[in-house]
Amino acid sequence: MTREECENGPADMLIDGNKARAPREKQGNSVPDKFNSNYLKFYYGKLFPFSDIFKWMSYGNDGKHPGCDQTYFGRREFSFTLDNDIYLRFQSFTSAAELESSIQEKCPFKIDIGPVYSVDPAKRHAYAQSGDNVFTPVERELIFDIDMSDYDDVRYCCSGADVCLECWPLMTVAIKVIDTALRDDFGFNHILWVYSGRRGVHCWVCDRKARRLSNEQRASIADYFRVYKGNENSDKKVSLTSPALHPFLARSYTEVLEGIFEEKLLLSQNILATEERYEKILDMIPDESVTAELRGKWQEKRQSSISNDINVVRWEQLKQLLQSGKHKGKGLRRYVEEIVFSFTYPRLDMEVSKHMNHLLKAPFCVHPKTASRRTQPGRRER
Amino acid sequence: MQPLRSHHQNDAIPALPLYRSAPPLEVRLEDFELYAIDRLRVLKAMSDGLSRGKNPEEMEKLVKGLLRANMRHPQASEDVNKDIISHFVLRLVYCRTEDLRKWFLSMETALFRYRFLLLTSNDHRRAVMAEFNLPYKAVSNAEYEGVKDKLGQVARSIGQPPPTANDIFYKVPFEEVPELVANRKVYIHKGYAYVAMNQVVSLVVTQFRSHLSKALILTNRKWTSTIREQEKDRLTPIVEALSTSYLGPDYSQPRESAEISIKDLDQIAKSSFPLCMRHLFEKLREDHHLKHGGRMQLGLFLKGVGLKLDDALAFWRAEFSQKVGAERFEKEYAYGIRHNYGKEGKRTDYTPFSCQKIISSTPGVGDNHGCPFRHFSEENLRAALSRMGVGTRAMEDVMDKVRNRHYQIACTLTFEAVHSSTCDAGINHPNQYFIDSQKILQSKNQSPGGS
Repeated sequence: MTREECENGPADMLIDGNKARAPREKQGNSVPDKFNSNYLKFYYGKLFPFSDIFKWMSYGNDGKHPGCDQTYFGRREFSFTLDNDIYLRFQSFTSAAELESSIQEKCPFKIDIGPVYSVDPAKRHAYAQSGDNVFTPVERELIFDIDMSDYDDVRYCCSGADVCLECWPLMTVAIKVIDTALRDDFGFNHILWVYSGRRGVHCWVCDRKARRLSNEQRASIADYFRVYKGNENSDKKVSLTSPALHPFLARSYTEVLEGIFEEKLLLSQNILATEERYEKILDMIPDESVTAELRGKWQEKRQSSISNDINVVRWEQLKQLLQSGKHKGKGLRRYVEEIVFSFTYPRLDMEVSKHMNHLLKAPFCVHPKTASRRTQPGRRER
Repeated sequence: MQPLRSHHQNDAIPALPLYRSAPPLEVRLEDFELYAIDRLRVLKAMSDGLSRGKNPEEMEKLVKGLLRANMRHPQASEDVNKDIISHFVLRLVYCRTEDLRKWFLSMETALFRYRFLLLTSNDHRRAVMAEFNLPYKAVSNAEYEGVKDKLGQVARSIGQPPPTANDIFYKVPFEEVPELVANRKVYIHKGYAYVAMNQVVSLVVTQFRSHLSKALILTNRKWTSTIREQEKDRLTPIVEALSTSYLGPDYSQPRESAEISIKDLDQIAKSSFPLCMRHLFEKLREDHHLKHGGRMQLGLFLKGVGLKLDDALAFWRAEFSQKVGAERFEKEYAYGIRHNYGKEGKRTDYTPFSCQKIISSTPGVGDNHGCPFRHFSEENLRAALSRMGVGTRAMEDVMDKVRNRHYQIACTLTFEAVHSSTCDAGINHPNQYFIDSQKILQSKNQSPGGS
């Protein structure tokens, strides 16, 4: 491998060829009665890919040539959550064998991966907090965390930790939007998407450049992606006020969001089917004359077209009204996009991405709450 | 490193040094302090302007005026040296604590930003960028054609006019412009951001701030480890005094025309004294006594107002003898008054206290000195201001400033309310309040029909 390749890790990690897919079952069927440490012991004994993790996290420094930094892997922080909620931070290992034996011995319920520090985390107390000789993160993958429960206000099929085939497309959408931007806009290449084991996905950007980003730079990328603002007290979560969308948002809308909204979510979530639901949409349109006219149309019981789904019909009517220019309000077209963005645009956990020292669950962990699912990497379909 | 020189002899805008390294210049000790004071005046006025909510355009204008008024040297060729020297002296002064560093960094960065914006020629700006080792290639015409649609889209999305073929764009690694990326103000492609000329400011300022921030930490280390001790008889006392210095006229020499006689005192106290002195004056009339802090604060103020020593003695005697008797007054208090006028002891002619000094004093039980905006309860303050004639609406503005601990601004607003006139400079000294007040009242008396 050239040094370039070394530092970026093996290209396109395909640990297993599975696509990121929704778990086939919901919780609570045909899994072992109790998740217990025997299964975990077995898993760590036979299945957990220690050497692959070691190889990945070494980024080529596990080689023999003089350019390799022998201390590199040993400066990476791991943390273990044990059975009785005991939390062990600043674990470090100098080899795959050490990693393996420690994990097999301790049998952690959860393994988190932290940054690569300036020195071995086990020796951190010998170093100052500031000045020249510090204990501080020096490298860390750029990471993103998308959690399905952040979408609870726009999905009706599930809530909390539950996930099903109807709402999983939200994840697919998020992955497409973010992944495209990471590659086309930011120029990153080594991107790993992982099912987080419960209700969402994690993204690991492993390019050397990404690993060396400062907190401020990470925050700027996270903010570049941020559209969703507000909380349950605001009517609108998305506000796109300008006359034009930034190319990134425009591309996301035309290539991904609009399609998934109109072809999948509108129907599977019955977004306009009932009064309660369509009122929520009407709340996002501040123009009284428009909402009054729509309400008038929709309150009629009879359905004008039997062959078309009511959601589709109503959505067409809504779009028509806002885009036709019939009503004189300013920027009405924008509301169509705002509604689509509200329902589909990725919602990231900002804090996860912004700090180098954030610990993130390691891929290949088994989650105690969802024993049938494994945190596993997926190949992103382009 | 050669600092940029402006090509025009008469250009009011000085060249833009980057303060990369301390200059190998010799400075007279006198100039060491004076240059620093001039620059500090600029920084403090900027700080004032910002906290008063001036918009960027107003700030640019303000900075231009401040530089012209404070940073020029009798020999125009020496302007740049004064600029550089004053900056480095202030680094010593402001490196010493986290708060000082934060303030200095913030003000110097702002100053740099406005000076950069004031550069009129693109050549000058590009020269500054080159100094920062920003080897960003301007986007070629060919490449521009390929991305101009996207650039137009971005411009529209941030409310800017669309770019023309004459506009210069720079291709910059996205991580160098976090602010622009975070707010989606640039088009990004394959890791490069396309930055408009007017966004270059962001680039340059970020680098400036980062350099200066690191430099201040290093300066602090050098200061604590060697300089402070080495210079304890020469520079250190100057440096330590500078960070707390007030920077206006010291009002120790009242102007010729400003002579006040005792009989005028009650009248002018009501019309032209700031609240702190009004309060002391009223308390003195009421109690026929003031404790030491109050005597100093009010006594020196009256000296600055124009009260001669003999009149001062008569005034204080008239009050105090009602409480302690004429004999005790002569024995215990007269000396102090003469001392204030420089007639006793080491004959220092003490200067009246500035707002900064008054605000930082700590009145105890039985004291009436200090700044009422800081020390009065809300209730008492409202009552006192109302008696001065501050209306209800102005009152709320004043109280808001007090709550945010902007005591001098509160006093300024009070001045404006009482005199129905603006005070752009802001109140920094009780004697300044008095002089400005008298000015307004006299002009009102002179103009036909009054007011």
